[in-house]
Amino acid sequence: MTSKHETEIISDPKVPLVRITREFDAPPEKVFRAHADPELLVQWLGPRRLHMKVDHYDCRTGGSYRYSHDEHGFFGSFHEVRPSELIVQTFTYEGFPDGVALERLVLEDLGDGRTRLVATSLVDTFEGRDAFVASGMEEGVREGYERLDELLAS
Amino acid sequence: MAADPLSKVFSALGDPIRRDIVARLAVADATVNELAGPYDVTVQAVSKHLKVLEDAGLVSRTRDAQRRPVHLEAEVFDLMTKWIERYRLQAEERYRRLDELLRRMPDTADPHSAATRTGRGRTPQSPDTDPRTKKGRAS
Repeated sequence: MTSKHETEIISDPKVPLVRITREFDAPPEKVFRAHADPELLVQWLGPRRLHMKVDHYDCRTGGSYRYSHDEHGFFGSFHEVRPSELIVQTFTYEGFPDGVALERLVLEDLGDGRTRLVATSLVDTFEGRDAFVASGMEEGVREGYERLDELLAS
Repeated sequence: MAADPLSKVFSALGDPIRRDIVARLAVADATVNELAGPYDVTVQAVSKHLKVLEDAGLVSRTRDAQRRPVHLEAEVFDLMTKWIERYRLQAEERYRRLDELLRRMPDTADPHSAATRTGRGRTPQSPDTDPRTKKGRAS
């Protein structure tokens, strides 16, 4: 059903970045809205177990945001926002305030109401990048492998 | 924590000659001299590259044998693959939630929505016009 949209991930050995590519059966305008509107964002961004709370989310060029998953806070600035096309933002986890990721979300119109999303996270050190990805791994462990496998099998 | 050894692996693979050495060792073990053959560098330079790969746990050299062939430690790649795969699965799970949301979302934004300022105010936003989520609300 959605298996043809499998997420692709690249962890670059030369530059400390992670790049995710994924296609959606929806036009760029809708995929953009799901990212830009906090009321929609909370419905999909956070892991299901954690409660996502948005303090503010001003998704426009020069705007800023802060949200939390339970006790973990995240904040950043929107540097460039072009509806249905592009979101460039910074991202900091409050538990590691010296670290900042530069995130670039590009939406490509594939026609027929489909969109390719390319999300790139760039940090300043390989250690930072690896810790960033490893934190996702820990979260995956908490979610429970079996549940994840079930979900992926369905 | 897995981050530190993995950082070493990634920086070790940041060099094209070292990546090439790894690719060749994936086929078969080889001595330093054999590995140095195709490159326009000294055996000493190749030894330095091997030292970096060895420190990262990517290759090992047998102590006893005269030839001391270099061996690729394949399980390090398993660790790397698992680590990235977990991250990928997490992203995939997140984007499946987004798939589901996109199916529920109306094709056009609701101009009466409270979130109309989002996206520089050019694109009116719809927070939620899905009948299933509305059901739960008192309004």
